[in-house]
Amino acid sequence: MAQNPDEKKRNEFLYFAMRNNKLKIGAAIILFFLVLAAIGPLLTDNEPTAFAGPMSDPPSAEFWFGTTFFGQDVFAQFVVGLRATFLVGAIGGGLATVIGMLVGFIAGYRGGIIDEALNVLTNIVLVIPTFALLLIIAAYLEVRGLFMESVLIGLTAWPWAARAIRAQTLSLRSREFVDLARMSAMKPLRIIFTEIAPNMMSYLVMAFILQFGGAILIAATLDFIGLGPTTGFSLGIMMQYAVLWGALPLGTWWWFVPPGAAIAAIVGALYFMNVGLDEVFNPKLRET
Amino acid sequence: MRRYFSRKLLIYLITFFLAVTIDWLIPRLMPGDPIQNMLSRAALNANAAETMHTYYTHAFQLDLPVWQQYLSFWNALFHGDLGISTYLFPTPVAKVIKDAVPYDIFLLLPSILLSWWAGNKFGAFAARTKRLDNTVLPIAYLLTATPYMWLGILLAWVFGIILGWFPIAGAYSFTMGTQLTWVFVGSVLKHWFLPFASLFLVGFGGWAIGMRNMIIYELEADYSHYLEALGAPRRLIRRYAFRNAILPQLSGLALQLGVIVAGALVTEVVFSYPGIGYLILSAIQNQDYFLVQGCFLFIIIGVLLANFLIDIAYVIVDPRTRKGMVGE
Amino acid sequence: MSLRVEDLTVYYQTLRGDVRALENATFSLADGEIMGMAGESGCGKTTLSNSLILLTPPMRYIKGRVVLDGQELPVSDIDGMNRYRFKEISVVPQYAMNAMNPTRKIGKMAEELLRSRGIDAHRVLPELKRRLDLVELDQDVLKMYPIELSGGMKQRMVMVLSTLMNPSLLLADEITSALDVSTQKAVAEMLVGFRDHKIVKSIIVITHDISILYQIADSILIMYAGQLAEKGPTETVIHSPRHPYTKLLITSLPKVGAKHDVTQLEGIPGKPPLLLDPPEGCRFRERCPVAFEKCVEVPPFLELDPDHFVACWKEIESNA
Repeated sequence: MAQNPDEKKRNEFLYFAMRNNKLKIGAAIILFFLVLAAIGPLLTDNEPTAFAGPMSDPPSAEFWFGTTFFGQDVFAQFVVGLRATFLVGAIGGGLATVIGMLVGFIAGYRGGIIDEALNVLTNIVLVIPTFALLLIIAAYLEVRGLFMESVLIGLTAWPWAARAIRAQTLSLRSREFVDLARMSAMKPLRIIFTEIAPNMMSYLVMAFILQFGGAILIAATLDFIGLGPTTGFSLGIMMQYAVLWGALPLGTWWWFVPPGAAIAAIVGALYFMNVGLDEVFNPKLRET
Repeated sequence: MRRYFSRKLLIYLITFFLAVTIDWLIPRLMPGDPIQNMLSRAALNANAAETMHTYYTHAFQLDLPVWQQYLSFWNALFHGDLGISTYLFPTPVAKVIKDAVPYDIFLLLPSILLSWWAGNKFGAFAARTKRLDNTVLPIAYLLTATPYMWLGILLAWVFGIILGWFPIAGAYSFTMGTQLTWVFVGSVLKHWFLPFASLFLVGFGGWAIGMRNMIIYELEADYSHYLEALGAPRRLIRRYAFRNAILPQLSGLALQLGVIVAGALVTEVVFSYPGIGYLILSAIQNQDYFLVQGCFLFIIIGVLLANFLIDIAYVIVDPRTRKGMVGE
Repeated sequence: MSLRVEDLTVYYQTLRGDVRALENATFSLADGEIMGMAGESGCGKTTLSNSLILLTPPMRYIKGRVVLDGQELPVSDIDGMNRYRFKEISVVPQYAMNAMNPTRKIGKMAEELLRSRGIDAHRVLPELKRRLDLVELDQDVLKMYPIELSGGMKQRMVMVLSTLMNPSLLLADEITSALDVSTQKAVAEMLVGFRDHKIVKSIIVITHDISILYQIADSILIMYAGQLAEKGPTETVIHSPRHPYTKLLITSLPKVGAKHDVTQLEGIPGKPPLLLDPPEGCRFRERCPVAFEKCVEVPPFLELDPDHFVACWKEIESNA
């Protein structure tokens, strides 16, 4: 019964999505970096850790991003770091969105004491400066991997998503079409999947994008302090080494500018995309 | 209003309790033996080492049953005793923290308050015209997406190294001791400026965006349209919109405290600024778990206190909470 | 007072083109007249009322004149209209329930509104209190926040606020739609009271509920798909309508006492056209039972009987 209006809505979204500048620009930037992360290591012969060239060499035709203090290829490190960054964003952001979705949805849909209890939980996790907590936990573990870092981030970043999803669930729950479904004796699970979930899709997508960006930032910060993965590279680790090995006084800017710029560009593009998506999903915001 | 505060208080108390418990667990769950680490730096012979080990284990109460340690921890807390630092032995943790706190307050308070206020004003301003909106918005997004430490590094590099206008390490010149002279004050300010600017800029971007979105939302609200239809001047409509948009920005401030703590920490590391952030990192790297414990506790208390203050401010600013309408 | 609207045409700008929401609206209102504006959702009645007082994007003025009390209203000039708003022409909007700032006490908001319009709030205060009594609102509401009031109370408060400066023309947009039946009656009667007490001179009541109009309106204007269909005295439009659409509309109304196993409840088959690319000529012709070839030309809104205007070729022919 609800197929036609759903299809129309999806087509309407697609129509506006194609025309939204913010969405297009943001997506283009992300795509660029994704492609770079995917094929980057193929563009250079050098391993990120190999001592490939002269020390602290500025960018040249041979080393596009120059070399580090140890003579390593900055570009090689950069593309490997990009991969790590995207992974952390996806896993950490994804986990946070999933937890947030579960908590927020259950709290909003069930209401009552479950809602209260989940609210208290959410508020507590919100108030605790989770970064300090992350520091300490990360310090506990002697060997850390990228996956562990993502999981930790996901476990502490979910309250944002939980709140937003709970609010949306509350407003949807009291809408007429849900009442209608209830009155027609639809099973609760079916109601959730066929009536509520499609309307939540837009929120989930936007929440995921925000969490993705947030996870990247948190990971970069952890890495910079030295509490990131113990092996491997990430953009944050590159910056850490740069500062530790005197990139500032030596003026080897090509070592620390690209990683941070990439993060700022990626996260900024994500936020921008989000604004565009909001306009696509919310007719009121569309500019005529 | 009472319901509003009692709920908040409940959360704060539970959080505090949880935090203190986690905090107490820190040294006890850390890999390695803190006493051992401390002693290994003293290069004693085996016999002396063992005696000292027993002595310190007793001094740090690590030989008591666990529940007794827990209770005595709470007890010590209320007496303001946070133990002794092993990294900076024999300085008590409380004193180490006390020395670092002023720098944090000096750095954080102005940057948080100023970036919030300026960002909000600017966001409201940018929402006025389409052209301004379109040029300013991308910049603000970029600012808020910038990792704190990268901006710090950039500022240090451009203004510290290249232009040489500002120093990039420490809270004041290493050649000076703390004295109350103008020269000293000047040095402090010069060392303060770059970390402050770094924190300010990132925060500013975020608040500007938030406010701009809220203002647009309020300007599209029914009450704005009604005033328009009755011929009210734009400034009245904007004034109402601003006042209503500030409310979620205020609660947003409370939510951002965690992020601000992270940002401050990392900025302190970049500039070797001797605040709590820098301290906690040194403590972790030197495995001084008592110091870590104290710093973490201090950060928690600070954040809870800040939250509480913001809650009070919110009640003052939103008249509906006083009427018991907005429970949150 | 008198209102004369000539050929008012307003479109909505959208990404897919112009929505032709109002075409060549021409009618007039006499002093003291309460005119009802009725029609299906999307027929253009809110567009018309908004055009008279707040013509802002995405609405776009195409052509037409509006003359109020002998003065031409610069409806296409957003700022130029300001001196007329609230003082000569006012509105009780469709969203009256949310029309007041939720974080301001009602009295304070009223005071600030008046001050911002250069009116001495203090001198108006006693009159404001008198009006509150007129609509049976306790004077204490001025010290309350909008959220403390019920829907009906908020409606009445907005009615008082909007008419505080005794405008010549009041636009009342769906003021009874969100209320229960007994409150509807009370509010409708208050509206008439405003006119009778000379607080406002004339009122345009916009609604899709014809029964309300039957109670309080002197004349009714029926709209369809952005075009005016029929206008005449209430009795005439209800009991002897001439436009095919009006006829179908009236007969489709449920009648009290009629049992529906005996007399079928009939809707009007079909749907109104999308106004992005409307059909040429009379926009009702695709659903009209008596449409013929001439209907591809736009029928003029002619006065076929005294004070009775109809836009229908069939009726125009039968008059000739």
